[in-house]
Amino acid sequence: MSDQPAYRFAVNVTPKPGILDPQGRAVEKSLPHLGIAGVSAVRVGRRVELTVQAADATAARTVVETLASELLSNPLMEQFEVEALG
Amino acid sequence: MTARVGIVLFPGSNRDIDAVNALRLAGSEPVLLWHESVDLEGVTGILIPGGFAYGDYLRAGVIARFSPVMRAVAEFAAAGGPVLGICNGFQVLAEAKLVPGALLRNRGLRFVCREVALLPEHMDTPFTREVGERRPLRMPVAHGEGCYYADDATLDALERDGGVLWRYANDDGSVAGPDDPGNPNGSLRGIAGVRNAAGNVAGLMPHPETAVEAILGSDDGLGIIRSLAVSAAEYAATGRVSGTRQLAEGAA
Repeated sequence: MSDQPAYRFAVNVTPKPGILDPQGRAVEKSLPHLGIAGVSAVRVGRRVELTVQAADATAARTVVETLASELLSNPLMEQFEVEALG
Repeated sequence: MTARVGIVLFPGSNRDIDAVNALRLAGSEPVLLWHESVDLEGVTGILIPGGFAYGDYLRAGVIARFSPVMRAVAEFAAAGGPVLGICNGFQVLAEAKLVPGALLRNRGLRFVCREVALLPEHMDTPFTREVGERRPLRMPVAHGEGCYYADDATLDALERDGGVLWRYANDDGSVAGPDDPGNPNGSLRGIAGVRNAAGNVAGLMPHPETAVEAILGSDDGLGIIRSLAVSAAEYAATGRVSGTRQLAEGAA
């Protein structure tokens, strides 16, 4: 296991479209107090970074996809994107 | 007959002793079940108490879902045993997909700790059979993520199949919609608690186990706890629970 190459990923989890995001709404409502206008559709999510050791990049990504859908996000209310980091 | 009812203990559970007290008052024998054990110690009913299991890290209930005891709880549920999740216990059951839907951050963003009125929807279920006449029940809520969410198709199916067990009520007894004063968290269609399709697993956000004696401000919750105790006794005696149904293999 330990001699397999390591791959670094980020998983970005955000509320699904149409799901009320009270955190995003609270951020949006605070913007006028900063004197900022023209910002809308704020959505607050979560970013998880991790390292996977696997045979190759494809196998590593498969592990991350499984982890992201089973644990890091709840598909009823959240969506995720897997991002390969350098 | 006195039934043994298990109370699952996660690191971060904090309503377990309230559950012990309530189950004793309801005439059953409480048994504490450690989260790392897969031995249910012969219990015939299970209560998953409130708290902050595993610190509610990542999402409320999700880490608890993968603990060894939950594998045993899932098998117990699949066999038809009665399981009730309260508050954080409801979140654990939802993350484990043992009950439908999800609990989102409260619409008002604040942790809400206050008394609510809870209207039971059906009086012949394993979790409401001892409640008596249908009326609003007073008991507290205490949570930050209690906004019940499911998509419209799931909500319609729940309502059609008798899956909604409790709704928040306004002072006039009407169902409290997401923006109504009686609804503490924005739950869709005022839903405070649901059960699975088979009918033997239920969860709710309010705390019936802390409303079991008049000296606590309300004893309206005792009927719900007593319902679980009676269902556990029935399951011990007969191997099944009234008000539940067998589902085809593989059905959720």
